[in-house]
Amino acid sequence: MSKQSNDWSLVIEPKQSLLDINLKEIWRYRDLVMLLVKRDFVAFYKQTVLGPLWFAIQPILTTAVYVLLFNRVANISTEGAPPILFQMAGITCWMYFSEVLLKTSDTFITNASIFGKVYFPRIVIPVSIVLSSMIRLGIQLALFFCVWAYYYFFTDSNVQVTWAALLFPVLIVLMGLQGLGLGILISSLTSKYRDLKYLLTFGIQLLQFTTTVAYPLSAATGNARDLIGYHPFTAILETFRFGFLGSGQFYSGFFIYSVIMTFVFLIAGILVFNRVEKTFMDTV
Amino acid sequence: MADIAISVDNVSKMYRLGEVGTGTISHDLNRWFHRIRGKEDPYLKLGEENKRDAKGGDYVWALKDVSFDVTEGQVLGIIGKNGAGKSTLLKLLSRVTAPTTGIIKARGRIASLLEVGTGFHPELTGRENIFLNGAILGMTKSEIRSKFDEIVDFSGVARYVDTPVKRYSSGMYVRLAFAVAAFLEPEILIVDEVLAVGDAEFQKKCLGRMKDVSQNDGRTVLFVSHNMGAIKNLCHKTLVMKHGRVEALEDTPTAIERYLSSDSDVDRYVRWSRDERPGDNTVRLNSIRILNASGDTEKALTSSDEIHIEISYEVLEDVKDLRVTNSLMGFDGEHIFSTSDFNYYNDSRVREKGQYVSVLTIPAKMLNLSRYYISVDIEIPSAKSIVQSALVAFNIEELIYNEMGMLIAAKPPGQIHPVLNWKVERVK
Repeated sequence: MSKQSNDWSLVIEPKQSLLDINLKEIWRYRDLVMLLVKRDFVAFYKQTVLGPLWFAIQPILTTAVYVLLFNRVANISTEGAPPILFQMAGITCWMYFSEVLLKTSDTFITNASIFGKVYFPRIVIPVSIVLSSMIRLGIQLALFFCVWAYYYFFTDSNVQVTWAALLFPVLIVLMGLQGLGLGILISSLTSKYRDLKYLLTFGIQLLQFTTTVAYPLSAATGNARDLIGYHPFTAILETFRFGFLGSGQFYSGFFIYSVIMTFVFLIAGILVFNRVEKTFMDTV
Repeated sequence: MADIAISVDNVSKMYRLGEVGTGTISHDLNRWFHRIRGKEDPYLKLGEENKRDAKGGDYVWALKDVSFDVTEGQVLGIIGKNGAGKSTLLKLLSRVTAPTTGIIKARGRIASLLEVGTGFHPELTGRENIFLNGAILGMTKSEIRSKFDEIVDFSGVARYVDTPVKRYSSGMYVRLAFAVAAFLEPEILIVDEVLAVGDAEFQKKCLGRMKDVSQNDGRTVLFVSHNMGAIKNLCHKTLVMKHGRVEALEDTPTAIERYLSSDSDVDRYVRWSRDERPGDNTVRLNSIRILNASGDTEKALTSSDEIHIEISYEVLEDVKDLRVTNSLMGFDGEHIFSTSDFNYYNDSRVREKGQYVSVLTIPAKMLNLSRYYISVDIEIPSAKSIVQSALVAFNIEELIYNEMGMLIAAKPPGQIHPVLNWKVERVK
């Protein structure tokens, strides 16, 4: 043989070590990530009249209902911020997180037919979901900032920008990574036993009501406040509102906790995902 | 000596049969418990040889101790009956799933075509799907862009390239999908019977393209097929698989002969149980029988009798343009001729729901003293293939007319031995 016997470019073995993530390979498939993002985005509004406007209609209607329900009927405080802005901030952030979570948690099951025929790094799919949801988030944030600008410049309501607004990019990344981490964790755990999947479909609503999407953390007291604060998404929401609306405050303890939890979910998710991706086709 | 492109070393793959549910979790827990104590998986011992009709435990080896090497630039055919482990082997090679034990090493990029059009999205246009599908198969955007025109040209759907593929006819869909795959440029290409789709002309184009890829570009190709003609045409060497093991790796003609003659299950009468009938939700094949002139499947066939090949099938929904094809092959897999019932049903070409038989009669005084195979395909031309290569076999045990002039002589040469017209006269 003219070549060394150890210059194989590909080795297929039963099991790999836990932390064997081939970043170079993922980078080679970056075009696939971008094309999948484009597919998700384009396929969403094909054969609709309003097209991408649908991304904006969802938060508008939800905001209207929440304002009516939580602020007009239940009279929950918004800490001085205009209720529309308050609810819209919560809904926009939450919708991004929950979309990433729900879609990535389905990775193995919805893509089984592709995964069964072709190899590419499986993580490409959840990554593309995070990015395509980000386009949607961008449109919804644009809408939010239009409404925000109206309140900030044209009304005398109590809207203040604080230093925490500088954390904006960090917050977006945290939301995406937290959804991704939890999502791939669940998708890996449900590739064989589907039970957890059913928990998630109704659990997502419970998750929403146990964090401060529709009410401020200050509305809770005592144990309830701590419990809600330990929801890993709470500090992200509170910081976002504190930054752009000036309502509430920056809870540094909860914030650090939230960052740590995000990385715990992410690392656990990647480890389990990596383990499952090689043989899930046999059990899905 | 040429370099090794793929080395498969002692690879096995075990599957668990039955459903995943509460019953399987105890096995999983037990397995996990053995693993944390550093012991061997207790269920590996339970694996059985993969024989579909035999009853047995829950664990089977779809592949067992498979080893072979493929040299660079070689076109390797893989043949074997359904369930022999061909597809499992391809799945492992294309990294869709990992082996249970053993190791596979390869040099160069592997692209696999286990299906055409993987990841096609019906809402996207032909153009968008070319890019998406190409990327899924491992091409970069710039690679696809540089081949885009060739792909469109090869597929012959240039006019529809900006129309969503959900508006395509199924034939166009397949053409476009294959075209993308045909322009992949990996060092190693793995192909699984995708050629069974599309019409004859397109199949020819595909085979031509594969030959091109292997001969001119020097790529390594692994090709699984039931189509002995295609295997013979393309492959230098062929791997014969049986019950999850490698039976032989040898020159293609020898391998085909081994495959066909070792097949003791192939008989003059093949019948499937209701659940196992080949086909899909349009047509299911019930049975194939080789009958002598008096309608018997047992008595020996002689060359002076007509032979009837009776294919019985159920049409589950009204279907247009159905075609039942018989291909006659010699004992060594040489394709002698193909014929179909396409022109012999009624004019509207619609077969309504119901039970059907298509009978082909091979005239008397046609075949030689030999063993023959009939391969039955059911398809809708240029749309879909429903049954592929269902095999029956028969022997002509007595040659009544020997045109070579001897009474009870050895077998005359040639795949067939027709009695034709001769005229002999003195002209001067």
